[in-house]
Amino acid sequence: MLNASLKELSKQLAEKKLSSVELTSFFLQRIKTLNADYNAFITTNEEMSLAQAVAADKMLAEGEGGALTGIPIAQKDIFCAKGWLTTCGSKMLSNFISPYDAGVIERFNIAGAVNIGKTNMDEFAMGSSNETSYYGIVKNPWDTKAVPGGSSGGAACAVAARLAPAATGTDTGGSIRQPAALCGISGIKPTYGLVSRYGMIAFASSLDQAGPMAKSAEDLALLLNVMVGFDARDSTSLQRAQEDYASSLEKPLSGLRIGLPKEYFAKGMSQDVENAIDKALAEYRKLGAETVEVALPNAPLSIPVYYVLAPAEASSNLSRFDGVRYGHRAESYSGLTDMYRKSRAEGFGPEVKRRILIGTYVLSHGYYDAYYIKAQKLRRLIAQDFAEAYQQCDVIMGPTTPTVAFNLGEKSADPIQMYLSDIYTSAANLTGMPAMSIPIGFGEKNRPVGLHIIGNYFKEAQLLNVAHQYQRVTDWHLKSPV
Amino acid sequence: MNLSLNDVKRVADLAYIEIDENQAEATLAQLSSIFNMIETMQSVDTSAIEPMSHSQSVSQRLREDIVTESDQCVLFQSIAPQVQEGLYLVPQVIE
Repeated sequence: MLNASLKELSKQLAEKKLSSVELTSFFLQRIKTLNADYNAFITTNEEMSLAQAVAADKMLAEGEGGALTGIPIAQKDIFCAKGWLTTCGSKMLSNFISPYDAGVIERFNIAGAVNIGKTNMDEFAMGSSNETSYYGIVKNPWDTKAVPGGSSGGAACAVAARLAPAATGTDTGGSIRQPAALCGISGIKPTYGLVSRYGMIAFASSLDQAGPMAKSAEDLALLLNVMVGFDARDSTSLQRAQEDYASSLEKPLSGLRIGLPKEYFAKGMSQDVENAIDKALAEYRKLGAETVEVALPNAPLSIPVYYVLAPAEASSNLSRFDGVRYGHRAESYSGLTDMYRKSRAEGFGPEVKRRILIGTYVLSHGYYDAYYIKAQKLRRLIAQDFAEAYQQCDVIMGPTTPTVAFNLGEKSADPIQMYLSDIYTSAANLTGMPAMSIPIGFGEKNRPVGLHIIGNYFKEAQLLNVAHQYQRVTDWHLKSPV
Repeated sequence: MNLSLNDVKRVADLAYIEIDENQAEATLAQLSSIFNMIETMQSVDTSAIEPMSHSQSVSQRLREDIVTESDQCVLFQSIAPQVQEGLYLVPQVIE
């Protein structure tokens, strides 16, 4: 059960060699024993998970099961799940029992999957190391002195440490791909608009996108099949024909053109990461792919553009936390405005406050054009760079992160160094393009390295195919720290 | 650009986040370095470029003006800090 793929687990469940109750109990027991070492989960609820497992076994007995029926999934604590404590990693929501299900949770429920628990994360998804969580740091299972990445650090840790067969994450600037890379697992951020944002606690609405995190590209395809779908309750949800993301996994890669952006290979990448990337590219050439140099001249501006747009949207989204309808309210205050001020000062951590202040500033009178509009214009230039690059190639590859996982505490005092962890990933959020990370080896201190694969809009199936073909001939994705 | 201590206090005020003198000074140092990084945006001429707010050219969906939600007032208020007779309680604002 520990290392089985979702396909294998699904087969065993369908053939009644294994029940969902057995599988769920197995992972609940692992969490109970090992979570103290990693802090990957904020909340587990044995009773609710097992009730879902019993229902899944009934579905399976009646022959109504699908690919994920009975499979335990670790849900990032950003997704509202009815009856579950849903904190978003914040003190602000430390008492928030969600009264409703997010669109993503609803789709997993309909598929008969089991919610095995809510994973730790950077507060309101703002962070790249999982050190901003009110519920404590998460440790990297490959080296407990290292960060797991963030913001979906608990999810990445849970999959890597085999506390769950698969997990969900969300990605606003790299929050699925960066922790996936640092924890040696696979993760994909789909095209913006494919997965419902309903009930997914908002950070930066024009960038936020949910996606799966798992051991392999094949697992990701099965998860994506459940997660993707139109939701009228999300105003930017896209209406498209349902795709089977597993259907083209086996396509050979001969003739595939891989674009290598010269800006991503020029500087900033550490030697150990570069060595692993070179070896992965050599493997792709053996698989029949060819590499071409492409240019993304504006991509290096992704971080400044991101740190205008994301905080601006966050400052607006997080204004809803006022201590009136839900969430933290200060104990004592002198009036309504004082209640807002104190509740927000107490409920938000330092990184969240910092971003709200940046966002409030760039949206304030006199600065809107110089910052917000300027950043939106650069966003278009970055998207145009990618559109031009795709004239010469099918997918773009590079490192997911400039270095392997850094040490806990190493960057927490320097916001800019932390922000630069997302130097390669944030462009896919700004442009809305799908992108993924897969493990391709180990660098310094035996910490994992991730390969970043970016595709054109709606090319998720192609990305998964490209990743799966690599995983067919290599075994990095099968390596586990436990 | 030069951010001042007053800018930080003004923005904290706009954002309804209480901040004391020490915090304001620490925040000033951090925000100044972040804004120096953000300033690198100004190196590119964008005068002829249209701003991009969404990756796909989609228009806002409209729906029929009909009730789609059921009344869940009791459930939703069960998680509120303070309610009375179906109303959210806040400090008095009108004398």
